[in-house]
Amino acid sequence: MAKELRLMKGNEAVAEAAIRAGCDGYFGYPITPQSEVMEYLMAEKPHERTGMVVLQAESELASINMVYGGACCGKKVMTSSSSPGISLMQEGISYLAGAELPCLVVNVVRGGPGLGTIQPSQSDYFQATKGGGHGDYKLITLAPSSVQEMYDFVKVAFDLAFKYRNPAMILSDGAIGQMMEKVVLEDQIPRLTEAEIIKKCPWATTGKTPDRERNIITSLDLDPARQERHNLKLQEKYKKITENEVRYETIDCENAEYIFVAYGTSARICLKALQLAKEKGIKVGLFRPITLFPFPVNQIKEMAGKIKGILSIEMSAGQMIEDIKLAVEGKIKVEHYGKMGGIIPSPNEVLEALEQKIIGG
Amino acid sequence: MTEEIIIAGFGGQGVLSMGKILAYSGIMQDQEVSWMPSYGPEMRGGTANVTVILSDNRINSPILTQYDTAIILNQQSMDKFESEVKPGGLLLYDPNGIIRPPERKDINIYKIEASKEASNLGLPKIFNMIVLGGYIKVKPIVKLDNVMLGLKKSLPPRYHHMIPDNEKAIKRGLEIVEDVQKV
Repeated sequence: MAKELRLMKGNEAVAEAAIRAGCDGYFGYPITPQSEVMEYLMAEKPHERTGMVVLQAESELASINMVYGGACCGKKVMTSSSSPGISLMQEGISYLAGAELPCLVVNVVRGGPGLGTIQPSQSDYFQATKGGGHGDYKLITLAPSSVQEMYDFVKVAFDLAFKYRNPAMILSDGAIGQMMEKVVLEDQIPRLTEAEIIKKCPWATTGKTPDRERNIITSLDLDPARQERHNLKLQEKYKKITENEVRYETIDCENAEYIFVAYGTSARICLKALQLAKEKGIKVGLFRPITLFPFPVNQIKEMAGKIKGILSIEMSAGQMIEDIKLAVEGKIKVEHYGKMGGIIPSPNEVLEALEQKIIGG
Repeated sequence: MTEEIIIAGFGGQGVLSMGKILAYSGIMQDQEVSWMPSYGPEMRGGTANVTVILSDNRINSPILTQYDTAIILNQQSMDKFESEVKPGGLLLYDPNGIIRPPERKDINIYKIEASKEASNLGLPKIFNMIVLGGYIKVKPIVKLDNVMLGLKKSLPPRYHHMIPDNEKAIKRGLEIVEDVQKV
C-alpha cells in the first residue's frame, strides 16, 4: 500500500509522529514558534485514537516535572517548547538525566538571549549539548533539517532514550517548525500495555510487582562514594552512546577542498550555497551532523586530513565551531560564519564568507 | 525543474493559503515542495508573505533572496520584492492599491485585476484563487487538475462546500490575466 503523504509544518509533524510512535503522554505550555505541536495534538484528540494523554500544564516547570513523573512509570512521554521555555525546564532535565529517565524534549529554537525574538536561531547548541542544567550529564541530541526529519526523529529519539535510559532532545529551530514540506507518514505503532511496560522497563515504578525488589527512582544520593559510582556509570553510558550512535550526512565531500559544517536550517542554506559554488568552480562539500551529542568527532577529524579548510555555518555567534575545532586539532583552518537574533543567512552570504574567510583568508 | 516563488501581500488576503494550495498541487504531481511563511511580527497585522518551492529534486534552502516568480498583492511587497526577481523571471501583480507599478525591464510582467473581479463576482474571499488561476495560466508548472486536487487536500472537509466557488475563481483567473511586458 502506498504510504500516506501530507503537507505539514515541522511542528505538526512532531505531533503526528508522537501519536504514531505510540507516545503515552505530552505535557506542554505554549510558546512561539512551537505552539502548533500542542495545538495539533489538542485538535487531533489522540486520546480517542490511541489513548495518549495531552495536557496543557500551568507552566514549563510543571510540564517537565509531569514528564519526570510519567517517565518514572516507564511511559513514553514528551514535552516541547522554545528557547526561553526550555531554559525554564533545565532543572527538570538535569533531574531526568540524573535519575536516568527516558523522555523526549523538543526545542524549536528562537533567537535569544532572554525573551529574544520569535524568529529562528541556533543559539541553544551549548545548552543542548553541554548540559544546560547542573551536573555532569548529556542529552542525546538530534538535529533535523527537514520536516520529514522532524517526523522521523521523534521515533528515533524515543528509541534511543529507552535504549540508554536517557533524555533525548530534538534541537530544531523556528524555520523548520514553521515551514511546510511533504511528509511520508509511518503506520501507527500501538502504545505499550502495562504488562509490556513491566517487561520492557524492569526499573520503572510500575506499582507493586511480584518477583522483584521495590524500585526507587531518584537523582538524590547523599553518600559521596555512591554518588561518584553513579556518575561513573553515567559517564560509561555517555561513552557507549558516543561510540555507537553518531549520525551525520555528507554531500559532495569526496573531492572537496573545503567543507561547510552545518546542521538544521543552516545545512539547508549550505545546500544552496553548494550549488552556487559549483557554478563558480569552487570544490566545496557539506558535512551535516545529525547527532549533536554524540558529535561526529572522528568523522570530522578524518576529513580534516584531506581538505584545506572548514567553515562552520550556524545561526549563532559560533557554538558548534568549538566542537569542530576540538575534532580538527588545529590541523586546518576553521572559521565561523553566522547570523544572530533570528536572521537566517542567505546562500550568497555563506558562499562569500567561504571565499573571504577560508579560501582567500 | 525547480520553481522558486514568493507570494506577498497583506495579512488576510489569503497569501499563505494560496501558497499552501500551490504546494499541495506540487505534491499531487509527485514533486518535492516547501512552504516557508513569514511568521514574525508582520503576520500580526500588516504584510504577509510565503516562499513556495516546487522541484523535481531535493529542495535545498527553503529561504531565498531571489525568486523565479513574485506574486505581489500590495505596494509594500512591490517595493520589497520587485528587485528580488531573477532576470528573465516573472512578476504577477494585482494593480489594486499599487501606486508605483513595476519598473524592471529585464523581467516578464503580468497583471491581474483579481480584487476587482472578486467583488464583481460578489465573492471577495476567493480573490486569492483568481490570482492563482492567473499564475498557472502564465506559468503552467502545475496542471489545473492537480490544483483542484491540491485545493481539496488543503481545505478541511468542513470547507469542501466552497470548492465550486474556488474552482470558478481559478478558471476566471485563467481568463483575465494580462500581459504587461515580455522579455
